[in-house]
This record gives sequence, C-alpha cells and structure tokens, in this order.
Amino acid sequence: MAELLQYLLSGVTVGAVYALVALGFTLIYNASDVVNFAQGEFVMLGGMISFFAWQAGIPLPLAAILAIIATASVGVLLNKLAIEPARGAPVASLIIITIGASIFLRGGAQLVFDKQLHRFPSFSGDDPIRILGATILPQSLWVIAGAVAIFLSLWLFFAHTLTGKAVLATANNRIAASLVGINPNHMMTLSFAVSAAIGALAGVLVTPITLTSYDLGVAIALKGFAAAMLGGMGIPAGALAGGLLLGLIEAFTAGYVSSVYKDAVAFVVILAVLFAMPQGLFGRKAMDRV
Amino acid sequence: MLSVEGLRSRYGRIEVLHGVDLEVGSGEIVTVVGANGAGKTTLLRCISGVQPTSGGAIIFRGEALKSIPAHRRVGLGLSHSPEGRLIFTNLTVEENLRLGAYLFADERVERDMADSFTMFPILKEKRNLPAGGLSGGQQQMLAIGRALMARPACLLLDEPSMGLAPILVAQILDVVKTLKSLGVTVLLVEQNAYAALQIADRGYVMETGRIVFSGAAGELIADPRIREAYLGI
Repeated sequence: MAELLQYLLSGVTVGAVYALVALGFTLIYNASDVVNFAQGEFVMLGGMISFFAWQAGIPLPLAAILAIIATASVGVLLNKLAIEPARGAPVASLIIITIGASIFLRGGAQLVFDKQLHRFPSFSGDDPIRILGATILPQSLWVIAGAVAIFLSLWLFFAHTLTGKAVLATANNRIAASLVGINPNHMMTLSFAVSAAIGALAGVLVTPITLTSYDLGVAIALKGFAAAMLGGMGIPAGALAGGLLLGLIEAFTAGYVSSVYKDAVAFVVILAVLFAMPQGLFGRKAMDRV
Repeated sequence: MLSVEGLRSRYGRIEVLHGVDLEVGSGEIVTVVGANGAGKTTLLRCISGVQPTSGGAIIFRGEALKSIPAHRRVGLGLSHSPEGRLIFTNLTVEENLRLGAYLFADERVERDMADSFTMFPILKEKRNLPAGGLSGGQQQMLAIGRALMARPACLLLDEPSMGLAPILVAQILDVVKTLKSLGVTVLLVEQNAYAALQIADRGYVMETGRIVFSGAAGELIADPRIREAYLGI
C-alpha cells in the first residue's frame, strides 16, 4: 500500500513537470499549428539562468523571475528571427525550424554557461513530508502547484478573455483574423513569450529535484510532446491530464516492471496514441463543413 | 468615401487586375458584377489589405491605404465579409461575433450583438455551437454579422448570395438595403448581377481584370448589351 502510494506521489510529481511542458506546447500550437520542439530548451534556460544568477549573488526568487523574463525574451526572439520570416512556409518546415532552434539554443547554453550539472536549494527545504508511509518532497508540491496554477490561468485565458479567443482565431484562420483587426504577428509573439515563460517556470521548479544541465531539453521536450499528444494537442485540460497520466505510467513501470523501461514508456505512449486515437484523450475530431 | 485608382494586382507573375478605377460615395450601395474570374474578389481583397497590390492607389476617407496593413484598416472603418466566408470554425457563433468587435470593449458590443441576432435569428439559436457546424447559408450570415460588429463606415461584401437558397438570397439582400438606411456604405461584389443591381445605386461591370461598363444601376439593368451578356434576359 505504502509502495503504491509512493509510486503515485512520484508519478504525480514527474507528471506535473510533463504537464507544464505540454501546456507550453499547447499555447504555441493553438496560435500557429506549430509544435515547438525548442520547448525543452526553454525549460533548460529557466533552470540554467536561475542557477547562474543565483550563484552570482542574486537572491533565488529574484534569480527565478529574471530567468523567466530572460527566457520569455528568447521565445520572442525565436519567433521574430526564425518563425516570422518563414511565414507562409508549410507547418512542417516551421517545425523543422524549431528543431534547429533547439540545437542552436543547446549549443549556445553550452558556450555561455558550461556542461556541468547544477542545482540550487529547494524553496521550502528538503525534509520529506510523510503521508501514510510514503514520502513526498516539499519541492514536489511546488511543482504540482505550479502545473495547476498554469493550467487554470491558461484555461481562463482561452475560455474567458478576448485575447485568448484572438489567439485561437489566428490559429484557425490568419486572414480572417486580420480582417477583424487582430494583428496575427502580435498573437504569435505573445504565444511564444508566454510559452517560453511557462517552460522556464517548469525549469525553475524542477531544478532542485532533477538538477539541470545544458542538454536537458531534448528528453523533456519529447516527454512533454508525448503528454500533449496523449491528452490531445492544443487543449489545456488534455495537457494537464496527459502529463499526469504519462508521469504515473512511468512511475508504475519503473516500480513494478523495471526502471530500465521507464523512458521507453513515453515512446510507447506516442505510438499507441498515434495508432489508436490520433486526436488524443480530450481531442475532438477535426470538423469542417464546406 | 472610397476611391480606387489604376489598381493593379498579381498572383505571382500573372496580373489579374489591370488598372481598376472605382468610386464609392458616402451612403451608397455600389456593386461590382461580372463573371467568375473577372477579378472581383481580388479587388475586394486588395481594398481590405489581404492581397498585395502592384500599382495604383486606394484612398479611403482621404487616406492612402498602401502602407496600412489589413488589421489596421478595420479600425479605419473598412470591414470585409470575405468570399468563402472564412469564419472561425473552432469557435462558437457568439465568439465569432464577439471577435468581429475585437477592437471594441464598450457596452455597444452587446447591443450590436443583439442587433445581429435580430437580423439573423438562426444565429441566436445556435449561438453556443461551434461555427464549423453551421450550414453554408448560416455561415454566410455569421460572416456578415461578424463584419458588421466591426462598426464599418464601409462594408465590403463578397458574394453574399453564393450557394444560398433563393429565399436566403432575398433575405441577405434585404439586410444590405437595411444597412444603407443605417448609413453604412456598401461595396457589393456579386455574380448574381440582376439581384445586386436591383438594390444598388450604381454598378460596375468587370471583365478579366478591367472595368468595362459603369453607371447607375437602373441604366445598367436597361442596357441591352449588359442584359444579354450578364443578366441573361
């Protein structure tokens, strides 16, 4: 029983990280139909910039805010310098551009920072909290709270704000969006900024648990992508559910089967989703009437 | 209110508008009729800014539009209900209408929305359904309603009758006449030349990227050449 609960708690923690990354995917996908494979690099930048700012003597909360703002700016630059000039190119080309950006950011981080693993202290200490014989780190609670808060904000944004609707409208039809007065480029810039900030927040929250290094992005982007696909690409609730579900599947596989197969699970999930239900758990079938 | 002078536009290397001149006075309904492929839709797309021009000028209320991007022309009072409707299929009917008034956030938005629902009661019935599930005619009504939400001084209306049952065509043309009484200027592009000329003040006939006839709507309807070539009577 304690064992099951332990797997559950660690699954939810990891799942919350995947959910945050998947939520980052959601926003850019909603604005542009582009799956941004540099999303993992935003997570890496969040952790790395926080660490180096903190090491330079800036208090941790300030360092974290600095990292989030800096990463958001990187997101804006990525859109302005790489995505916007290629407007009109097919979505597949834009996705390839994001893969290129991901490699570039990883290389840049290697040069600007270093190749070591880094960690900064947890926000509320490292004493595990005991629940019915299982334990959870206080930092895990921060991660879970972060995922829930971002999910709620995004849900409110898309369901209840005009700007949120404008983002969805731009993704649906750029020409029609500009005909009602929406500047499609602004919507893209906004999505990239917020998406990068969400990624950076994930990086800040998770670094005390999993550590950070320049090359952490690839793996985490793939897991986040699997989570987003599982839940249904573009749907905030799907990203949250997909992230948690993937985290739990991983934790239970590691616990009851073997931790060797833990990382393979994400790929099995991607394949299963693509074969069985490409629209994901929460996705609606695309519907258009001519 | 709107004047187009020597307008040229091309798709790639193929020029489709070869110097179009057109005037729309304040409060008028002006229609551009002509066969499929004459360049009528391209003309409207140039005016609203979603199609690049390669020559000539478009002047709206004394301002040259050349360097003004599409999304800023809406704010000047120019609203376009596009061909093929181009509604936001992933959003509800009500959200589509609300986005029509994207530039506004005052109490008039609610009032305009209520007016749209009075104009097209079926939209009120379906207000919370995804717009992608509407029939062609309902999507057309939504596109017009959305364009009106932008509080246009001049409405560009592209093929509102396309694919609609005759009773709906009559209903939509009635709406256009109502707009005139509300002081909205309308530039109407139609293949259904007879219906369009009946409600218009003036008309232009377009053929392969050029204006070939123009005049008062009544004169055009009476002109034997036009009757034969475009009205089929």
